[in-house]
Amino acid sequence: MSLPNYTSWNYRVWHYTYLTICALVFFFLIAPLFIILPLSFNAEQYIHFSKGMIALDPDAFSLRWYEDMIYGTKNPWGLAAKNSIIIAFFATIGSTILGTVAALGLSSRHMPYKAAFMALLISPMIVPLIISASGMYFFYSRIGLQGTYAGVVLAHAVLGVPFVIITVTATLVGFDKSLTRAAANMGAGPVRTFFKIQMPLILPGVISGGLFAFITSFDEVVVVLFVGSAGQKTLPWQMFTGLREQISPTILAVATILIAMSIILLTTLELLRRRSERLRGMSPG
Amino acid sequence: MSTEKILSSDGIPLELSLKKAERKNKLKAVMLVAPLFLFLIITYVFPIGDMLFRSVDDRMITKMLPNTFTAIEKWDGKELPEEPVYAALYEDLAYLKKTKTYGKIIARLNYEKGGFSSLIKKTVRKLGKFEEGDYKSQFIKTHKRWGQNEYLVALKNTAPNWSYAKYLKGVDLKFDQDRNIIQQDEDRRIHKILWLRTLKVAFWVTIFCFLLAYPISYLLATLPMKYSNLLMICVLLPFWTSLLVRTSSWMVLLQQQGPINDLIVWLGLAANDARPELMYNVIGTFVAMTQILLPFMVLPLYSVMKTISPSLMRAGKSLGGTPFVAFRKIYFPLTIPGIGAGSLLVFILAIGYYITPALVGGASGSLISNTIAYHMKSSLDWSFAAALGTMLLVGVLTIYWIYNKLVGIDNIKLG
Repeated sequence: MSLPNYTSWNYRVWHYTYLTICALVFFFLIAPLFIILPLSFNAEQYIHFSKGMIALDPDAFSLRWYEDMIYGTKNPWGLAAKNSIIIAFFATIGSTILGTVAALGLSSRHMPYKAAFMALLISPMIVPLIISASGMYFFYSRIGLQGTYAGVVLAHAVLGVPFVIITVTATLVGFDKSLTRAAANMGAGPVRTFFKIQMPLILPGVISGGLFAFITSFDEVVVVLFVGSAGQKTLPWQMFTGLREQISPTILAVATILIAMSIILLTTLELLRRRSERLRGMSPG
Repeated sequence: MSTEKILSSDGIPLELSLKKAERKNKLKAVMLVAPLFLFLIITYVFPIGDMLFRSVDDRMITKMLPNTFTAIEKWDGKELPEEPVYAALYEDLAYLKKTKTYGKIIARLNYEKGGFSSLIKKTVRKLGKFEEGDYKSQFIKTHKRWGQNEYLVALKNTAPNWSYAKYLKGVDLKFDQDRNIIQQDEDRRIHKILWLRTLKVAFWVTIFCFLLAYPISYLLATLPMKYSNLLMICVLLPFWTSLLVRTSSWMVLLQQQGPINDLIVWLGLAANDARPELMYNVIGTFVAMTQILLPFMVLPLYSVMKTISPSLMRAGKSLGGTPFVAFRKIYFPLTIPGIGAGSLLVFILAIGYYITPALVGGASGSLISNTIAYHMKSSLDWSFAAALGTMLLVGVLTIYWIYNKLVGIDNIKLG
């Protein structure tokens, strides 16, 4: 932001102080993530910078922790990653389908008690996870789902629902209802109208809701700790136990990969958002 | 307006067929929401309700000693009870011994009054030697506590099926012998501190988040699109990164040999051999939670600020206000909805936080969620965990309700 040259000296000082404060806050937000990156390439078994690393000595860096993550003895990460992906995949399907259908109903102006339903359907995001986890633990043990994939998938589907509801209803706000009426006018049934007209238009919203649901499940640890058993150990669970016992550079290697993953996800979302805005003609490009 | 009713093409009054169509649309909308609604009721709402119910459920003892409680019901608690009570007690204990289930009642009775554990164990062990008739003296001979009034009063006190004793325990109160509510013993008053700490941490984290989020949200909202989109990534990337990853980066940063401590030593603020403890205490919880929850404050603030027209500030200045006055009188009041939304969201999330305090908080930085988890997993005092959970849930739902009233739940924005 350049200032016009008539601004007073006082204002200038204030302006640059303000920009410095902003820079510091952005630094506070983003820097902790990137401290992990160099340390995951540490040649030694510490999680702080060695003298060699500060001097940028190539011998101080290595890929050994990445090797350990993939080939290490009694390596827990492979199974954990597989579990995380399987659970997140099915949970996402569940919450996306149920959430999208419900969002269609919620966006209808004929829906009675809309606010109350909305508040209930979003509550899994608000209720502290420890409470949800304890409740599900007792209930799922009683019906024999505790310690099964099905139990964890169901629990995670619940947690993903609010995100799907929020994103899809937001997309539906901009949806032109006359399009479905036009389709009906031309003789398409409600199902056909949905798949041919509505679905392609709200698809970006549905996909970003699905991505939210996926990341929620992929990142979730409290509920898995209660509803799952050792067989369903996920990546966050493994990281949680790892961090509790002994924080090792292997965890930092895993963390680096997860950061890379979230960068990819964020890019996808941004592209989806732009596409959605273009489709709805809200902004050029 | 004519009194004649307008008819639709098939001869039905238009008003009726409109109503019918309305009803059909309403039904259609409800049918769309119904599957998810039922799904959540079964897998979510009911389980939580069921868990919370445990906090007041005290039927276990009554179920295990049915005869005793029928017999003791009429006893006034002044003199030692008569023979029938002891006979009933014998009958119940003999059954529990046969089915090997007496272990369950020990913990509950011992909670009511210390000393029951050895009393029950010894009695059950000697139960085989009991002879028919005059159980009262045999009981007292086995263990003198059966002849002490206070133990029988304590036993009788466990009779009600419902009890809110666990809630009292949650705020460091308890029942005494005569069912009066008194303070917990001095060395066992830990929960009030815990509640206060949780509220304090949530409050300050909210304040810090607000102070840090306000300037950058303003910058994001006023910069031209192409710069602000780039800076927005700095907010969204942490938001999208795994909580465990962010917590582990704080563990790396705050450890004794970590970069922040290095910096403190380098600046000469502390000696190398006296590096301050930044982690495993409340400082770690504060710093890490502020950074982790910051995006939840920035996003609502940003979306409100985005809607404020810059010409308002210009108008204020052209009317003679200094930039500061213009900000205070015009801009700031307009951002209050965003401040409310962000603060409530951050506060709600902070008050129930579990993972970060568990990892960087240590003992002095752990919050109420950590205690609930402890009672769920380690001490196995489930009804107490449920009581603490209910108290937390009521608090959170109250704030959620306020949030819903003020902001409207459908105004939550995600990125």
